[in-house]
Amino acid sequence: MGSLFRLSGEGEGFVPPSSNDFELPPVFGDNAFTTKPIILVFLSVILVSVFFVLSARKAAVVPSKLQFAGESIYSFVRNDLGRDIIGHEFMRFVPYLFTLFTFVLTNNIFGIVPFLQFPTMSRVSFPYVLAVFTFVVFHYVGIRKQGIIKYLKDIMFMPGVPKPVYILLTPIELATFFLVRPLTLSLRLFANMFAGHLLLLVFILGGEHLFQGVLGLKLISPFAFAFGIGLTFFEFMVQCLQAYIFTLLTALYIAGALADEH
Amino acid sequence: MEGTLNLVGYGLSAIGPAIATGMIFAAYISGVARQPEARSVLQPIAFLGFALAEALALFGLVLAFVL
Repeated sequence: MGSLFRLSGEGEGFVPPSSNDFELPPVFGDNAFTTKPIILVFLSVILVSVFFVLSARKAAVVPSKLQFAGESIYSFVRNDLGRDIIGHEFMRFVPYLFTLFTFVLTNNIFGIVPFLQFPTMSRVSFPYVLAVFTFVVFHYVGIRKQGIIKYLKDIMFMPGVPKPVYILLTPIELATFFLVRPLTLSLRLFANMFAGHLLLLVFILGGEHLFQGVLGLKLISPFAFAFGIGLTFFEFMVQCLQAYIFTLLTALYIAGALADEH
Repeated sequence: MEGTLNLVGYGLSAIGPAIATGMIFAAYISGVARQPEARSVLQPIAFLGFALAEALALFGLVLAFVL
């Protein structure tokens, strides 16, 4: 009976997946620029461009299925993220928001596409670059709109606050605008993708390992696989949500920089 | 057993932001339920608050790996 519940058939321990599983070797030879995440980024650019060029090429009053799909994604970004949040100047920012949303969404969904199965954004450098873009855009917009002195003054000395509170508030506001916002924007996306991929690895690899064990463990392994499949759907939800939140926060930051008073 | 106690500490530190995020969205939902037309006003505020609360959890995550 004891051997039925032993943890492993060969006495060899299960090695849980760790952050090492994200360090993938180059695909072509020793060229460090051909790792899987980089190839996936290029693939996502091609996929997004081809999809939207095809869906917009034969624009008609009665849309085809493809045109309808492309237009509903576009109108979602333009109306729900652009118009409702940024306000009357939103059309200038729709191209950026739309690119950001589709790019992040495609790269996230790569995490559950069979054979690709790696969310690009689980390598932290990609979200960093996107956050730097957003950082530059919203500060540039704010400075252009209000002038650098008024913009910085509005950040540091929020109007309508008693004077002594500024001792506390000014450092917090400065840190929020120049450090916390870009950092959390990128780390939120990274952490969600990283944790999600790790979670899937635990259940799928764990299920596989259980299946190699003794009979009792073989019987348990289908549950691990079933959980892995369930979590894949959960991951799909998280991936869409994170792309939405990344774009939403970008729109919010731009709206904040455009507003006359913070 | 391998691993680091940092992750246990991170788990503990994530309790606060988790409760905060829950409270923010609870307030947002009940606000929208009472006055559905206030949704577009409340949504940015709710998500900004959520972003600030989650920032703390993310700092914890970073420190768990860095320290």
